[in-house]
Amino acid sequence: MENNNRYARQILLKEFGEAAQKKLLNAKVLVIGAGGLGCPALQYLAAAGVGNIGIVDFDVVDLTNLHRQILYSMEDIGKFKALAAAKKLSSLNPEIKIHPFNFQLTNKNSLELISGYDLVIDGSDNFATRYLVNDACVLLDKPLVYGAILRFEGQVGVFNLEDIVSKIKTNYRHLFPEPPDPLSILSCNEVGLLGVLPGIIGTMQALEAIKIITSIGKTLCNKIISYNALNNSFYDFEIVPTNNDTIPFPKTESDFLNFDYEWFCNSNSKQISAYEFDELRMNEKLTIIDVREIDELPFVDEFLFTHIPLSKFESSISQISIENKIVVFCNSGSRSLRAVNSINEIIPDCIAYSLKDGIEAWKKKNTEILN
Amino acid sequence: MKINILVFGQLYDITKVSQLTIYEVNNTEQLTRKLIEQFPELSKFKFSIAVNKKIVQQNTILNNEDTVALLPAFSGG
Repeated sequence: MENNNRYARQILLKEFGEAAQKKLLNAKVLVIGAGGLGCPALQYLAAAGVGNIGIVDFDVVDLTNLHRQILYSMEDIGKFKALAAAKKLSSLNPEIKIHPFNFQLTNKNSLELISGYDLVIDGSDNFATRYLVNDACVLLDKPLVYGAILRFEGQVGVFNLEDIVSKIKTNYRHLFPEPPDPLSILSCNEVGLLGVLPGIIGTMQALEAIKIITSIGKTLCNKIISYNALNNSFYDFEIVPTNNDTIPFPKTESDFLNFDYEWFCNSNSKQISAYEFDELRMNEKLTIIDVREIDELPFVDEFLFTHIPLSKFESSISQISIENKIVVFCNSGSRSLRAVNSINEIIPDCIAYSLKDGIEAWKKKNTEILN
Repeated sequence: MKINILVFGQLYDITKVSQLTIYEVNNTEQLTRKLIEQFPELSKFKFSIAVNKKIVQQNTILNNEDTVALLPAFSGG
């Protein structure tokens, strides 16, 4: 350490001291995304003296970023965030090493990149990256400090860090095994965001990272906290490990390299629930197709449909009318999903849904309502 | 049998309240079904369920005065 005065105030803390400062100096932290969450996290990590900081972002600074990403200023507009952030942080603390990675994180580059760091901070802004970062950290056994924001609410938590007492280690997949339906996702670009909120959550992420590195205090391992900025409330959730076999995520490096995160996070839009199906049926004309084989039960006479068994489906696709939205059903929802995938391949412009959990779930839902 | 429900994130747009009470349900599956009856739009959303602050993935027995939180994923950064 060149100049101890810089860190004098935190070294004074008896729980922290020279020992913790040395741990920070030797630590390597990778921050994914230099946006609303990444900026405050980066500023506090650099200021606190984390010796080696990586910044991954491929985006450029925009005027609409400045109300929350206060690491940047007017002259940075149009510049790459990773580079602009690295420059600002170096002038804040020239004693540490900062490495900008001006590219998008993918399956192909993430394992090599993350393996060079001790800890990862997720400040990304989309589900595909969040699942990718989580799965990579699980494979490489790196602690992950998670943060996410929406309107006035924020979530912060620590994944893939073993609890010293219980030996339990959980991750994002134990909290949200699968991404939400893309149609139900609200984006901050559409619904807005108060600039202070990512400042709070990103700062909490930096705090958790510092606690993990220096082994002070109690971290949020196996927990997430939900913060509501409008009524100043915190609510914590304990994450419980589930049997990993039931969660579809890549467990080996080659599985990981072949996992399509974009598809994983967008494929759900091909499915609709029994409720959505009924709502759609009431409101518009649909082309409904049964892809079960002849004489399969249950018998359906509640609505009109065309019958094209899956075995003859591909050869018959060209005959399907694409004038209306298409809903395909089978017994359980898996054959219909395959049929929808075929429709999308052959007729990319049409809107086709698979009835989730099949006609059995639909029958169950409608008999429950009658009873 | 009284269950206190806390609603987070975008689910608030459906329920319009952050806290509500559901009566006469014995487990989380029945609870979800009853909530969807009351708020059909909820069926469009995936959310995690926490019973007394503990995330549960399987159907879980509920007791009187339990607090159940409905937590959706969001990805803003």
